[in-house]
Amino acid sequence: MKRRIPILIVSITGFLLTVQYFCPHPYSEAFYNNALDWLVIIGIFAMPLGIYSMVRIQFQKVARQESGWGFAVISLISLFVMLGLGYTPKCLEAGSFFMKLFEFIYIPIQATMFSLLAFYIASAAYRAFRARNLLASIVLVSAILVMLGRVPIGMAIHPIFPEIADWIMNFPNMAAQRAINIGLGLGAASTAIKIVLGVERSYMGFE
Amino acid sequence: MCKTIRLLLGLVAGVVLCSLSAVCAMEPAVISMDYSVTPRILKSKPVAKVDDVSSDGIIAVKITWDPLDAEILPYIENILIYRSAISDDDFKLIGTLKAESTEYIDASDTEARIDPAAGPVRSNWVYYYKIGVLTREGFIFLFSAEDYIIPQPVWFDIEKIAPFIATLIFFILVIGFIQVARRRGADLYVRPIAGMNEIDNAIGRATEMGRPILYVLGLGSPEDIATIASYTILARVAKKTAEFRTDLIVPCNEPIVMTIAQETVRNAYLEAGHPDAYSDDMVFFVTSMQFAYVAAVNGLMLRERTATNCYFGKFYAESLLLSETGNIAGSIQVAGTDEVAQLPFFVTTCDYTLIGEELYAASAYLGRDPLLLGALKAQDYAKAITMVLIYLATIALSVNIAGITIFVKGLIDYL
Repeated sequence: MKRRIPILIVSITGFLLTVQYFCPHPYSEAFYNNALDWLVIIGIFAMPLGIYSMVRIQFQKVARQESGWGFAVISLISLFVMLGLGYTPKCLEAGSFFMKLFEFIYIPIQATMFSLLAFYIASAAYRAFRARNLLASIVLVSAILVMLGRVPIGMAIHPIFPEIADWIMNFPNMAAQRAINIGLGLGAASTAIKIVLGVERSYMGFE
Repeated sequence: MCKTIRLLLGLVAGVVLCSLSAVCAMEPAVISMDYSVTPRILKSKPVAKVDDVSSDGIIAVKITWDPLDAEILPYIENILIYRSAISDDDFKLIGTLKAESTEYIDASDTEARIDPAAGPVRSNWVYYYKIGVLTREGFIFLFSAEDYIIPQPVWFDIEKIAPFIATLIFFILVIGFIQVARRRGADLYVRPIAGMNEIDNAIGRATEMGRPILYVLGLGSPEDIATIASYTILARVAKKTAEFRTDLIVPCNEPIVMTIAQETVRNAYLEAGHPDAYSDDMVFFVTSMQFAYVAAVNGLMLRERTATNCYFGKFYAESLLLSETGNIAGSIQVAGTDEVAQLPFFVTTCDYTLIGEELYAASAYLGRDPLLLGALKAQDYAKAITMVLIYLATIALSVNIAGITIFVKGLIDYL
């Protein structure tokens, strides 16, 4: 019973939402919007579970003085300071201490993480473009042509480079992407049908 | 008597003055009128038709009329659209269009109306429409629409007929192959997926090295198909780590995903016969913020020196940040995602990558459950049908068979 009722709820909801896609009636739209609202509400109710998990793990790290427990202390302090400041009046106004912490600490840290991507792309590209075999060589040549076509110097060398780059992106690249997307579409639809039929149950924590 | 006449004359004069001022206020542009235009406008009387074009939960009425004669267009300022919800009077202005316009859609989701009292169009109400031809001198010639209309909400969107048929065929295929699989058991051939086979080896390697395994479910929400597929692989990995007594670390980005992942790992440990080895500390929530999550997981990789990293689920810009760090740390990495843009990053940095639908096929491949294998087989046949349709579409486009082209294009768009 513990397993059957959730499967039944999922099957009925899944079937109704499938029908909803083809039914433009206001009732069906209202049902869909309601389902989305429920999703958001459930998500909000789950947040305390996440915070509890995070705080518990970090406290344990500090208590056991595991490797990197200093980071755990910083995480906890950051969490409680931001939580406390979030309850102060006018905290969301520009210039408030809460916003200053957000703008001058959080955003630069996030930008730093994101900027690492540029260096990682360079190192990953170096590995990918080594001409070890025929396929890798094709990738290397294609990549050089696309890069030349996308930068001003390519155009300066010869106006054909942008055209070659566009051709590679619009035909061989697009064909491969569409093939993957068709497979993904069918795979997603198949999984959805399996869920509606109750065959796929991994989303409930058991197979 | 004289007093009464003076009072009456005063009243009449007042009413006339008020009326004149009101008329002047309403139509200040009246200066002169080219009376030669009038018969030409009346001659080219635009016949308006109304149609119910409600769809996607929006009630909509389409008003169409014949175009005005080109020779009178220079004398016309605007076309005005009036609507009445009760009878032939009390018409309210709902739209102003250019003189060349020939249609107007009065939809329930249109926010800006010239006369706010008009309100949005509603289903099951009787509506009358009028077209007004406003001349440059400020005169308005009104023409009623041929008929009234009662817009009705639609129960089936006819434009989605192609996806509906495709869904129906696919549904029948899946059910059919599930029945076949039931009869034949697990005796259905499924193409080998190298990445899946390699997971067991990677777990074995981690056990030999005595280091933990990191499993990342991505940034997807619990309802994402990629995340759902990832739970199945997590169950398999957790079962193996339970058998080998290897440490498993599952940092999560979403509280609901964390809850389901905890349940999945707990059940896997129970099925492996080692429920005591499970701890909630294995699966934990880190943060919902993308790059903060990356920082935390990268830190984990480098501090714990994980032997194997598994990335299965929905990934965005963090894919390369995670997998390249794992690569630098020297971990064996297996990944799978349905985000096409992230696949090249995983292919470059990971030892094995499940491309696109292979991730969805994982549950059937790993579980060997006949029912799941049947669905996978149906998926393969649907792919074959799609290929045939693509060839058909190419031929139809080449020889211009309109009906087939529209149907097949709709189908491909849906897929």
